[in-house]
Amino acid sequence: MLGLSVSSALVDGLRDAVSVPACVYALAATGLNLQFGYAGLMNFGHIASGMVGAYGMAISVNEGLPLWVGLIVGVVAGVVLGLILGLPTLRLRADYLAIVTISAAEILRVVINSARLQDVTGGPIGISGIARSFYAINPYPDGRYGFGSWSFNQNTMWSMTVGWIAVALACLFVWRITTSPWGRMLKAIREDEEAARSLGKNVFAAKLQALVLGSVIGAFAGMLYALDGGFVKPEFYVSQVTFNFYLVVILGGIGTVFGPVVGAMAYWFVISLFNSLLTQMIGNDSYGPIGPTDTGPSRFVVVGLAVILLLVFRPQGILGDREEALVRDQ
Amino acid sequence: MTSDGFLIADDVRRAFGGVTAVDVDHFEVERGSIVALIGPNGAGKTTFFNVLTGFERADQGSWAFEGTGLAGRPAYAIARSGLVRTFQTARVFPRLSVVDNVALAAPGQRGERLFSSLIPVRWRRQDEELRDRARELVGWVGLGGKADDYAGTLSGGQRKLLELARAVMAAPRLLMLDEPMAGVNPALRQALLEKITELPSEGITVLFVEHDMDVVSAIADVVVCMAQGSIIASGTPAEVAADPVVIEAYLGRSVDDLRDMSTGAPTAPEPAEEP
Repeated sequence: MLGLSVSSALVDGLRDAVSVPACVYALAATGLNLQFGYAGLMNFGHIASGMVGAYGMAISVNEGLPLWVGLIVGVVAGVVLGLILGLPTLRLRADYLAIVTISAAEILRVVINSARLQDVTGGPIGISGIARSFYAINPYPDGRYGFGSWSFNQNTMWSMTVGWIAVALACLFVWRITTSPWGRMLKAIREDEEAARSLGKNVFAAKLQALVLGSVIGAFAGMLYALDGGFVKPEFYVSQVTFNFYLVVILGGIGTVFGPVVGAMAYWFVISLFNSLLTQMIGNDSYGPIGPTDTGPSRFVVVGLAVILLLVFRPQGILGDREEALVRDQ
Repeated sequence: MTSDGFLIADDVRRAFGGVTAVDVDHFEVERGSIVALIGPNGAGKTTFFNVLTGFERADQGSWAFEGTGLAGRPAYAIARSGLVRTFQTARVFPRLSVVDNVALAAPGQRGERLFSSLIPVRWRRQDEELRDRARELVGWVGLGGKADDYAGTLSGGQRKLLELARAVMAAPRLLMLDEPMAGVNPALRQALLEKITELPSEGITVLFVEHDMDVVSAIADVVVCMAQGSIIASGTPAEVAADPVVIEAYLGRSVDDLRDMSTGAPTAPEPAEEP
């Protein structure tokens, strides 16, 4: 049929489902899930945590500091971002947080992009050469790892190894804190803030904790992405990516520990599969409105359609509990 | 009323724009009693509740619970001090189980501190005890069969019962119930009434808002009547029910007018004649 190679498209999908971008998305979505899925915080600027983490690390390394110092700076940047966003807004209604966070993310990106700060942030060009010491400790010998075309070079293997370990640790952390009384309190706050207050819960403190922790996990995602590519650039950190993270959380199952991981893998699998299929189908021809340059955007249409279908037939996401998802508030 | 300094409020005012919602000169609750707060719609009962429990800011005034001033303190701190309230429309946590709804209300949970939550040995045993206690309370309000269901599956009346169990779990010394009977069907009503009358023997003083005078007469030791933001009468249920000021507040006319009505004398203007 149309000379399609479904198997090569599947291999492309499966490769991207386990590769570094999926890993970065899984990590970022895990942070967002802690905020949105467990605490009910509408953070529309989650990408900013990845950006401050990545730039905190990149600027430190660029200034000649060792990588481990850069990692600490990245984490501190995530904490500071969470506090700056949370302290003034968490006493207000939920929608204020959404507006403030998306604005803050855009402001930060524009500032980092500014040519006046080129000496520090690299402006629009960004900062490169930040991962040399990361790859210097790569234990994988040169070569390709995997089976046939489902394979990765030694550097990707190293990023993937570090990345998936980070994802596993983040999941373990989220599982531990959300299945504790702290997590029960956080879910109660998500369900009804006023009622939680009436029972003596310090709602503001718990929400701030969730926001900061999610922001730190987001910072790790940003650092991982920067280490994999070896550079940072403002154009990575546009607000659209935040909504991709939301897509991943919803796809996998809101408020579940492994939902963001499964969601990220599914997201990249579908994106990559359809990218491959559409590229093969269209080639250099045009079909109606779709031309050779439209394959990139078209795959997002397919992903959008997949999410709509999922929400109709499986509103709880891949891993969520259907009964829980369908509980009515009143 | 002898003052034992349990809950005392003085000169509490709260206005919304030009409307004075609460204007209470003096109010107190005695330890171990069941106090009913009655009054017509819009009398300011719920606003007064909200002010006392920190859910609404007071424009002025002071109130103290067991000798500690509460004015200006945040709602969660007031709840921790032993003054716990419920809401007019039951507010449960729909996506938590019935038992979790109750268990989480317990004060002083070690596992609610973020760093302790990472180390289960620091909270596991306490949490098991709390969950056992929560299960008991769920059974006490007659929801034992629903203990593991999501609270969102409960009916309105069942939510009221769950809210009562949850509030008791929060270890109050003064429990403030805002219309505990609203939306509860007659079959559950009697059960709920009995639960409330058991509370003082458990060391829980009760202050509740209610419209139904039968309920008030049945369980209240003291009745306080509010109208237009102020307290207009207080005493035993019988005294308050017979107080002309109370009757006037409810019916919008004086007792003399009512007496005239009962003798057949017209008090309202005659309806305009049909043209």
